[in-house]
Amino acid sequence: MFIRLLLHLLLLAGLSPLLIGVITRTKAIIAGRRGAPLWQPYRDLGKLFRKDMVLSSTTTWVFRAGPVVGIAVPLMAALLIPFGAIGAPFSFSGDLVLFVYLFGLARFFTVLAALDTGSSFEGMGAAREATFSCLAEPTLFVAFIVLARISGSFTLDTMFGTLLANNLQTVYGVSLVLTAICLFIIMLAENCRIPFDDPNTHLELTMIHEVMVLDHSGPDFGLILYGAAMKLMVMGTLVVNFVMPPATGHLLLDAGLYVAALLALAAGIGLVESGMARLRLIKVPQLLIGTSLLSFFALVLLLR
Amino acid sequence: MKTTIDLVNGGRLPLAAIPVLPFPEFASGVIDLMRHSATPIAYFADQAEPDGAPELFAVLTAAEPGTFTVLRSRLEAGFNALTPRVSQFHLFEREIAEQYGIAFNDHPWMKPVRFHQVWQGGKDAWGRDPARHPQPGVMDFFRVEGEEVHEVGVGPVHAGIIEPGHFRFQCFGEKVLHLEISLGYQHRGIERLLLGGPWPQTPSHIETMAGDTTIGHMTAYSLVLEALSGTTAPPRAQALRAIALELERLANHVGDIGALAGDVGFLPTASYCGRLRGDYLNMTAALCGSRFGRGMVRPGGVLFDAEPARQQRLLHTLADVVPNTRGALSLFFEAPSVLGRLEGVGKVMTDDALGLGLVGVAARACGLDCDTRRHYPVNPYNAENVPAIIEANGDVFSRARVRQREIEHALTFVRQALENLPEGPITAPLNSLPADTLALGLVEGWRGRLAHIALTDGQGRFRRYKVVDPSFFNWSGLAMALRDEQISDFPLCNKSFNLSYCGFDL
Repeated sequence: MFIRLLLHLLLLAGLSPLLIGVITRTKAIIAGRRGAPLWQPYRDLGKLFRKDMVLSSTTTWVFRAGPVVGIAVPLMAALLIPFGAIGAPFSFSGDLVLFVYLFGLARFFTVLAALDTGSSFEGMGAAREATFSCLAEPTLFVAFIVLARISGSFTLDTMFGTLLANNLQTVYGVSLVLTAICLFIIMLAENCRIPFDDPNTHLELTMIHEVMVLDHSGPDFGLILYGAAMKLMVMGTLVVNFVMPPATGHLLLDAGLYVAALLALAAGIGLVESGMARLRLIKVPQLLIGTSLLSFFALVLLLR
Repeated sequence: MKTTIDLVNGGRLPLAAIPVLPFPEFASGVIDLMRHSATPIAYFADQAEPDGAPELFAVLTAAEPGTFTVLRSRLEAGFNALTPRVSQFHLFEREIAEQYGIAFNDHPWMKPVRFHQVWQGGKDAWGRDPARHPQPGVMDFFRVEGEEVHEVGVGPVHAGIIEPGHFRFQCFGEKVLHLEISLGYQHRGIERLLLGGPWPQTPSHIETMAGDTTIGHMTAYSLVLEALSGTTAPPRAQALRAIALELERLANHVGDIGALAGDVGFLPTASYCGRLRGDYLNMTAALCGSRFGRGMVRPGGVLFDAEPARQQRLLHTLADVVPNTRGALSLFFEAPSVLGRLEGVGKVMTDDALGLGLVGVAARACGLDCDTRRHYPVNPYNAENVPAIIEANGDVFSRARVRQREIEHALTFVRQALENLPEGPITAPLNSLPADTLALGLVEGWRGRLAHIALTDGQGRFRRYKVVDPSFFNWSGLAMALRDEQISDFPLCNKSFNLSYCGFDL
């Protein structure tokens, strides 16, 4: 139990910045550049944690709480899901509800911290985040319901497994593929990737997530970036769990397989970001509602 | 009696030949020309003697193709603004008010333009202390009141490395009801530095009016000086100027498309165009040693020749970058996700473009056929070798598309000009400048029309040198493009205009 807990946290803390590095590197290579080294995100985090912090005099403890909750949530949420064939350290029936609302909690605090600064930019970012997450949440829930229905389990640990591989040929196949697509889109939306948000343009008027953390600096900003990387890994794990080949039964081999799949997913995100432009902000809700409809459709197919 | 007088691009007139009209006659003359769809080029005042009343000069396009009309009057305190009837003059009248401390009656938008002190001392038009330098951006902004209306102020210090300017949005949720742009942070007083000139420093001042339009501004200045001295640059120099001007256009247009790609998060074109812009700048450097063309153009001709070896090297580089440029552009214009971001965003109606007097790329994207190279050509340009590049929709896509087509044209133009360089000298000697003369030089820079107008005094020195950068007109176009637009699309609209702050502030 303790070893599994440790393995989970080590994988999450050690691997998550690498995913960001892989995405950036993929984008650089496609653009014809050599790109930053893969371990650049680790260096950036190290640099931020060694820095001092500037705090606006208008802010309160809420502003400091945002980044702390932002990193605590993915750490907790990671314990509820299996990393590939490595089972979840904690699980109970209905933990999927906790999983979804943990991220709701993190969002709540990020939005509060943004509003705490009193800046008009951050207010705009907070409004956008709140609107778009409202539209993204149902999709995640419905996707989980589809999985729960097929697997007959309400725990995240046993919901995934070899579900897709075993059921692709059955009547559940279509529902599962649709759900996989939904999970991938939600992962992009929740982690502020193109086409929803562009983590690279620092244009205060167009950003969603980045604009909310404009006032954070130093270690606090490091926590936010680290938390964001972990969130990407947790959401990415949902997708990976889905399409993973059957487990080998060997702990180290399983871990290696899982890591390889995760890195491939990061490269995939890099490819998506290289190949398309960001959506107009006004079109983002349309895509999110479309994704919700897709997930409902998966559910309807299941219930017919 | 003939009340107005016409001249051509690169032409001169003795000041004595321009009649000084009483203001009502001057006003009706301007309005009459505007009714016959003239385009205002410049409107400015000049105070010849310290105690005399400033004189007003208006330069508009004339009915006769290829010519301009000059009207002249005397500025008296408390007369009515022309702006309500000639909306294109709105900034010119604010500028005159700021420079000469004369407030116009009936001007609907009487605010400072560049936040500097009154030129001749004395009374300030807004009652500010004339002895102290005014604070930039301190003025009444237009405000929309309402419970759900909020105001977003951006700048003058921005998140990126760009010039300073203040943007104030009146927003209803994500929708922009009104944008007001307040500039003046870069004001260097260039027009005043030129008084009594030309000085030895004058070429440096002209070349840095807008650093990305070095060749354009310097060519316009050279046209003015050549007009004054009655010289024409030799054909080889004219061809080399055109090559440098088109290389400047290529570098900036390619850079702009790359910046648009970066803004919508389309990485391939953003990276390729960033590199290609460098290639075009390096071609200018290969010609004259400066990537921005500093020192290339001088009155009388050019300082650097393209001898056969250099000419061949430039042609080789050009042949190398052409396919890369086409590839990067077609990638951009063929991606559906990119088109989805550009089409229908930041629309300026043709009537608004006319009313604001938009010029250059922004005007051509609104369906207006205005190109100095076509309509007021100076060798080697003419209406045959410069096609009308016009798009109808006035949105971000149209502005990008005009750039793409101009890149295509410039690539061919530069190659042909390099292959057919006329033989001969590259400079012609200038004569001493005549006294009491007005001269006009217009150049189609990459952003649009650059107008330089010089008036000389009794000694043949500049008693007034007026510069109208395309950004002077086009910033109003950007404000108009944002009406009822999403605030998140502002950076994209801004890039699609890509205007100069220092060119406006001078």
